[in-house]
Amino acid sequence: MDRLNSRLGALAATPMLVLLGLTFLVPMLVVAAFSVMPPKVFDLWHWPDVSAYGEILRQGYWKSLAWSLGMALASTAILFVICWPLAYAMAKVYRRFTLVLTIGVVMTLFVSENIRLFGWVLTLMKGGLIEGYVRHWTGIGFDGLLYNVPVIIFGLVYVYLPFMLFPLAQGIAMVPDDARQAAADLGATRKRILWEIDLPLAAPGIVVGCLLTFVLAAGAIAESKLLGGQAVIVIADEVETAFTYGQNWPLGSALAMVLIAIVGAIAVVGVTRVDLDALMGRRR
Amino acid sequence: MHPSALSRAGFLGYGLLILAFLYLPLVAVGFASISKARYLTFPIRRYDTGWYAEAVASDTVQTLLILSLKVAGLVTVISMVVGFFGALAFARYHWRFRGLFQKLILLPIFFPQAVLGLALLMWFNALGVVPSWHTAVVAHLVWISPIATLIIAIRAYSFDPTLEEAARDMGCSTIQILRDITIPLLMPGVISAGLFAFLLSWGNFPLSLFTTGADSTLPEWLYAKMVSGYSPLVPTVGILTVLASVALVAVGLLVPAVLRRWRGGGAG
Repeated sequence: MDRLNSRLGALAATPMLVLLGLTFLVPMLVVAAFSVMPPKVFDLWHWPDVSAYGEILRQGYWKSLAWSLGMALASTAILFVICWPLAYAMAKVYRRFTLVLTIGVVMTLFVSENIRLFGWVLTLMKGGLIEGYVRHWTGIGFDGLLYNVPVIIFGLVYVYLPFMLFPLAQGIAMVPDDARQAAADLGATRKRILWEIDLPLAAPGIVVGCLLTFVLAAGAIAESKLLGGQAVIVIADEVETAFTYGQNWPLGSALAMVLIAIVGAIAVVGVTRVDLDALMGRRR
Repeated sequence: MHPSALSRAGFLGYGLLILAFLYLPLVAVGFASISKARYLTFPIRRYDTGWYAEAVASDTVQTLLILSLKVAGLVTVISMVVGFFGALAFARYHWRFRGLFQKLILLPIFFPQAVLGLALLMWFNALGVVPSWHTAVVAHLVWISPIATLIIAIRAYSFDPTLEEAARDMGCSTIQILRDITIPLLMPGVISAGLFAFLLSWGNFPLSLFTTGADSTLPEWLYAKMVSGYSPLVPTVGILTVLASVALVAVGLLVPAVLRRWRGGGAG
């Protein structure tokens, strides 16, 4: 039975392995190879050099990287605080409303990110939904709320909310009610139950939720472009510019490699600590 | 520990607030789509549905629509098949490299999509493939088929492996087991994965951006118009794509419920 099981497993994995091998792993190798090519070449038949990485250090691209990582960190922290009570309610308080909320939140994922962000532009701009009506009712106008750093973080929080909410709810659902009840019977305060029962037992969901939001927000581009104007340039934007206007593939590849290395290291460390089988609801 | 009625109401209010927050921008787009003015300002003075008529009649919109449908359709079919087998390897069979396989599946989901699109562009270039909507299908698959796998895997976790073992003990072949037990049991998961795949491909922008070449999907066209040369059709077409998704989800939710009732009624 075991031999059959392992043969079937390898067989079933084959289509996915072929797909991801050809369309994910090999392209990553291509990016890595381009990142050590001399500037402004479009093929790989050159002697390797590391001038593109030197360029990154000299041209101050680290600022964009710092902005991306900083804003990703801020939006992850904000999302954790916003989503925790909601995730708790989805797992333990709501009955039928959990389904309504799930469908409602998942639906937003199917609407193109740029339509939703465009909606915020219409809401927050001068003469938009908020400023327009405030001026109409009170007669006092103000400048639009767009084109600054907080609004970019706001956009990240908005777009990546589902990626924090669902893993958190899944994690909290793993906390046994008996453990919370026992702690309460023994006289633990709410705060203590939160610290010593809920947070540690829901840790797999917390780790996955925080990782997912951080990593996606660090590589995000549309929020800073549509809502932030030119307030700050994020790293993904620099990558895109190097490829399109700059026509410098090696520089773009080197920038992408830096982003990939940081994001990949964080993702790999986090994912290896989580028991996926348990989080996704394997039967015991 | 049952929460009091008051805290229950508080949680409910919070949930509704979050939903309102998620849908507010779409409300703004909805208002914009029925404003008569060419340059939009709120409050809207005159309402008009003329932009809808124009969008429906427009040849550009039709071309975009057909292209987006082709991409999403192909992505759906392929990721359902690949995801079905992927989910079995992910959740059901205990084989040697299962842990590694699970991590590999998660990697593309964690990946910045714009960077993924650029990496694929370079790869296609190295292969000598000219980007078109076919390459966009490939790009969407990299990100969407792992998600389909995860959705089907959730279903595969809750399935009882002794059913398959019993069938094997009775002398069924692997193909028979697959056809008569595994596929019917996982079917609800496969269908919801297909729904997700279609809708995620339909709305995807960052993966399409660099991989469609001269072709363009609806979200790409919307973005191009938002960034340069605003057109009053943007909110209208945006709302139409949203309505299409809503209709599909409604069908996806209602059909199984109706079928169940109908079958239940037939038996009773």
